Amino acid sequence: MSQSYNRGLIEDFGRWKEFSAGMWAWIFHKFTGWMLIGYLFTHIAVLSTAIGAAAGDPTLIQQETDVYTTTIQGLESLFIVRVLEVGLLAVAVFHILNGLRLLMVDLGIGLSAQDKSFYASLVLTGVITVASVPTFMHGVGF
Amino acid sequence: MSTQQQEPEPQEPESQESPEDPEMKGAESPQNQRLKEKEQGLAQEETVDESDLEGETVHIKVFRYDPEVEGKQEPRFDDFYVPFEKGMTVLDAVMYARDEYDSSLTFRHSCRQAVCGSDAFFVNGKQQLGCKTQISDLEQPIRIEPLPHQEVVKDLVVDMDHFYDQMHAVEPYFQQEDLPDGDLEEQRQSRENREKVKMSTRCIWCAACMSSCNIAAGDNDYLGPAAINKAYRFAMDEREDEEIKEHRLRIVEQEHGVWRCQTQFSCTEVCPKDIPLTEHIQELKREAVKKNLKFW
Repeated sequence: MSQSYNRGLIEDFGRWKEFSAGMWAWIFHKFTGWMLIGYLFTHIAVLSTAIGAAAGDPTLIQQETDVYTTTIQGLESLFIVRVLEVGLLAVAVFHILNGLRLLMVDLGIGLSAQDKSFYASLVLTGVITVASVPTFMHGVGF
Repeated sequence: MSTQQQEPEPQEPESQESPEDPEMKGAESPQNQRLKEKEQGLAQEETVDESDLEGETVHIKVFRYDPEVEGKQEPRFDDFYVPFEKGMTVLDAVMYARDEYDSSLTFRHSCRQAVCGSDAFFVNGKQQLGCKTQISDLEQPIRIEPLPHQEVVKDLVVDMDHFYDQMHAVEPYFQQEDLPDGDLEEQRQSRENREKVKMSTRCIWCAACMSSCNIAAGDNDYLGPAAINKAYRFAMDEREDEEIKEHRLRIVEQEHGVWRCQTQFSCTEVCPKDIPLTEHIQELKREAVKKNLKFW
């Protein structure tokens, strides 16, 4: 129908807050998934550069001055890294819990409670994240 | 003109014959008490609603667009103020606006009782049947738009061709030729099997699910929830032979079939007939896997 009108932005703009639980779960799952992939590659990059080709020297390891140990200690002393670690845990926990929810959906178990299980995974993520703060923030202000 | 909901008659329970057993008709029976409480609660709710809206007008904003009229080629929203009546639906409101204010206001409707499936609109950001949505449940101003992700022909009328194409793609008709053994002249369905496909048979082809589906919006080849539900209705029907079921599964397990569904539950949320669409799609996914992976 060449005559019909493409509603463009009228259709797509400003609708984001009208989503229901299932759609939010999907969006958060995608988001956390990409975050985890991003973390994975950063993790590999940081650690592989920290190891270094010549850093296997046992005497340096004894003195705790080899590249790997100093890199990790340097990172852990930064406040922002600790905050990011808490964020990483939150992202991973939500992805795991929602993944279990999706597994149930795929198996056809409890589909009528899919919104409740989404809210439950959100709440549980929040609780676990808050509970992890003292551990992750140890030595930098907590 | 507008459909008026029947007033519940308060005398009705009394006109029924009460049973002889004193325990059954006793006013102390817990069920009776619950019923009374419920009735009172309902009455209170109704009075609240009435005092809120009695004698008031309903503010509706209706999407207008007509490619053939000079002044309507740029889409816009028109405001109508419709007098409220008890039990008024969104469809009643737009019909009033059409009859009293602007006869060019265009929308589809037929049975006005959620059976024909022609009046699915996008009401306050959700796909709903106009005739099934009570005005009193909605926040004002009520924004009424044509279904998203379908091309607009005029005002609230969208082009349904693509939706119907997808529906027909799954061969939505019974294909069993042979009669069962014995002297039966008809193909009877067991009660259990009927119960299994019951919800899926309720589809009225209103396209609300297709319009709400994020995947269907991005992938025009995706069969869409309604068509897959139709396929489910026949694939799960035991009266059809195994080969026909396999043929149906071959249709839905294609690249743009069931595997496109990402279980966002939008279709299940908006379905006016409460069909558990996601559940049916998921079950067809499992059937498709079972058909292709045989370890036993």
